[in-house]
Amino acid sequence: MSVLLRVRDLKTYFVTEHGKGTARAVDEVSFDLYPGETLGIVGESGCGKTVTSLSILRLVPEPPGHILPGSLVEFDGRNLLALSAPELRAVRGNQIAMIFQEPMTSLNPVFTVGDQIAEAAIIHQHLSRRAARARAIEMLRLVGIPDPDERVDHYPHQLSGGMRQRVMIAMALICHPKVLIADEPTTALDVTIQAQILELLDRLQQELGMAVLLITHDLGVVAGHADRVVVMYAGRVVETATTEALFEHPTHPYTEGLLAAVPRIDARRARLQAIPGQVPAATAWPPGCRFHPRCPYAWDKCVAQEPPLLETGEGNAAGHTARCWLVTEPERRAPKR
Amino acid sequence: MTAPGSLLVEVRDLVKHYPGERSWFGLGAPRAPVRAVDGVSFTIASGRTLGLVGESGSGKTTVGRTMLRLQEPTSGKVLFEGNDVFGLDAARLRALRRKMQIVFQDPYSSLNPRMTVEETLREPLEIHRLNGAVSALLDEVGLDAAFAKRYPHELSGGQRQRVGIARALSVEPRFIVCDEPVSALDVSVQAQVLNLLADLQAKRRLTYLFIAHDLAVVRHIADDVAVMYLGKIVEHAPAAEIYAQPRHPYTTALLSAVPEPNPRASKQRIVLTGDMPSPAHPPPGCPFHPRCPHPKKSERCRTEPPPLRPITSGHLAACHYAAEPM
Repeated sequence: MSVLLRVRDLKTYFVTEHGKGTARAVDEVSFDLYPGETLGIVGESGCGKTVTSLSILRLVPEPPGHILPGSLVEFDGRNLLALSAPELRAVRGNQIAMIFQEPMTSLNPVFTVGDQIAEAAIIHQHLSRRAARARAIEMLRLVGIPDPDERVDHYPHQLSGGMRQRVMIAMALICHPKVLIADEPTTALDVTIQAQILELLDRLQQELGMAVLLITHDLGVVAGHADRVVVMYAGRVVETATTEALFEHPTHPYTEGLLAAVPRIDARRARLQAIPGQVPAATAWPPGCRFHPRCPYAWDKCVAQEPPLLETGEGNAAGHTARCWLVTEPERRAPKR
Repeated sequence: MTAPGSLLVEVRDLVKHYPGERSWFGLGAPRAPVRAVDGVSFTIASGRTLGLVGESGSGKTTVGRTMLRLQEPTSGKVLFEGNDVFGLDAARLRALRRKMQIVFQDPYSSLNPRMTVEETLREPLEIHRLNGAVSALLDEVGLDAAFAKRYPHELSGGQRQRVGIARALSVEPRFIVCDEPVSALDVSVQAQVLNLLADLQAKRRLTYLFIAHDLAVVRHIADDVAVMYLGKIVEHAPAAEIYAQPRHPYTTALLSAVPEPNPRASKQRIVLTGDMPSPAHPPPGCPFHPRCPHPKKSERCRTEPPPLRPITSGHLAACHYAAEPM
C-alpha cells in the first residue's frame, strides 16, 4: 500500500530563554502513516510526541520553535514544510485535521459550536452559511450528540467535557480529512467518557476511512486502538512495531520498562518496576544512547555510540525496529534488575 | 498507640453541601445547593489503605478535605482515634492535625515557589515544635541532601511530589490522605512514587485514604476500595473482591472502561451513555439509574434510592439488584 503521510528526519528545535541552549525536542524522527490505519505515537512528557504532531501541520510557534532544513513531511506527493501559507491552509483542517487534549481551551468561548463546526466547511468547501449549518447539525448527529438541532446553537460552556470533545471531533471531520491527528484526545476526560470517545473515534474511522495518528502517553489506549506503534524517548524514535509485537516482544529497554511500570487492573498487587531517574533535559541529551543513564543493561558501547534503529527480526514481525545495541548483542540482556 | 488492625478513622454520614449561587448576578433566587458529599460512611483500620475511587464530580476529594477539616462539613461525624474531629477547638484541632496529613495531587501548585525545600520542610516542624532533621526526611523519600537548598521550579514533578510526601511525614502522622498523588506524573515516575508510598507505609505503619480516579493504581495500593458516584458510596469491598466480582453496575462499567495495556484483551466493554448528572440536581431514586446498563433496571430504581447494604460478608453495594450482578 502506498504511504499517505511520510515523515523523514524531522528536526524541531527550540531556542530557550536565558541562553540555556537549544532544546532538541524532536530529533530526526521518521515514520510512515498508511491509509486507513491507526498509528500510535507513545511516550512520556518531554519525549517530543506533541511537537512531532504540531510540526506536521507547522503549528509550532516560530520563534522560539524552528523546523530544521532537511526535514520532510510528505503528504500527497508534496512536502508540507515547503508549502506557502495559503497552500498549507488548504491542507490544514481540510485533508489533515487535528484534535487536541483540552477541549475547553481549543474551542472559542464566544461562538456557538455550530458556527465553529461550520467554519471549516465554509472555508474549504465553499458552502453557503445555511448549507454549512445543516452540515454542522449532521456532524453533531454523527458524533452522537443528542438533540443536534438545539445543541448547534449552544456555546462551549454549556457542554460537558465529553460533549466538547465530540464537538472538536465534529469540527475536525466535517471536511472528511484523510488524516486525523489526535493528540491525547481523552487525557482530560473521565474513564467512562474516555471509553465513549475512543469508541466514537473507532466507529468514525471505519465509516470515513481515514488514517489516525494517535498521540498518547497511555499504553492501554494504544493497545486497544492502534495498529502500529512508534515509541519515543528523548526526541528520538526508540522502537517501532505492530501493536501486538510491541506488547509481546518489547525490545527497547525503555519500552520494556514502561510496560513493567504500568499498574495493571488484571493483575495482582505486586511491587511495580519503576524506571530509575528521570527524563533528561532537552537542552542536554546524554551522549551515546539517550536512555543509557536509566538503562539496566547499558555497557560502554551505549555511552560511546548511539545505536541506529535496528531490525529486531523478532518472529515474523516485519518492520519491528529498536534503537538499541541489544539487538546486535542479545546475550547482554541478562537479568540485571 | 492504636494496635494494628483496630479502628483508626471512622466517618459517619458525612454531608457537604455547597450553597447554590444566586442567579441574576446575585439578585435572584438561590440555585439548588450542590450536594458534593451526600451521606458517606466508612471506617479505616490502623495500617490499612482505603482506596476512594470516582470520576470528576463524584465528591471523593471533598470527602478527604472535609475529614481533615480543611473544609467545614454540613453535617456528620469524623472520629479519629475516638476523637470527634468536628467538635475540637482550634488548639486541639492543631494538635490533631499533626496526626492527620494530606498529600495533594498537583505537586506544582502545592509547594510555595518562594521557599526552598528545606524551608518548606522546616515550617511544619516549627509549628509543632518538633526536632526533626530535614536531611533524614529527604533521605527517607529518596532525595539527595543537596535538594534542601533548591526551589520548587528546579525540581521535576516526581521530585516535587517526594517533597510533598516529606512535608506530610515531617510531623510523624498516623494517617495520610493521599489525594490523587500520582495522577499528574508520568508512568515511570508514578511507579517510583507508588513504591515509595508502599515502603513508607510498611516502615512507619501509616494508614492511608488513597483518593484516585485510576482503578489500576488503586488496585495496586489499596486493601479496600470504596466507589463514589454523585456524592454517595455505591460499593465498598475488599480490593481483591471488588475487582473480581463487582456488584454495582457502575463499578462494573468503570472497570470495563479501563484501557488495558494488552492488545489481546478482547473484553466486553460496557460503554455508559451520557454524562454524570450535576450534583445540584441528582436524579430521584438511584442516582445512577439514568445511565445504568443493568438489564433488570426497573421502575423501583427510578423512585426508591437503594441503601448501601451488605451483599456478602464485608461487601457492600447500593443497588436493588446487587445480588444478581451484571
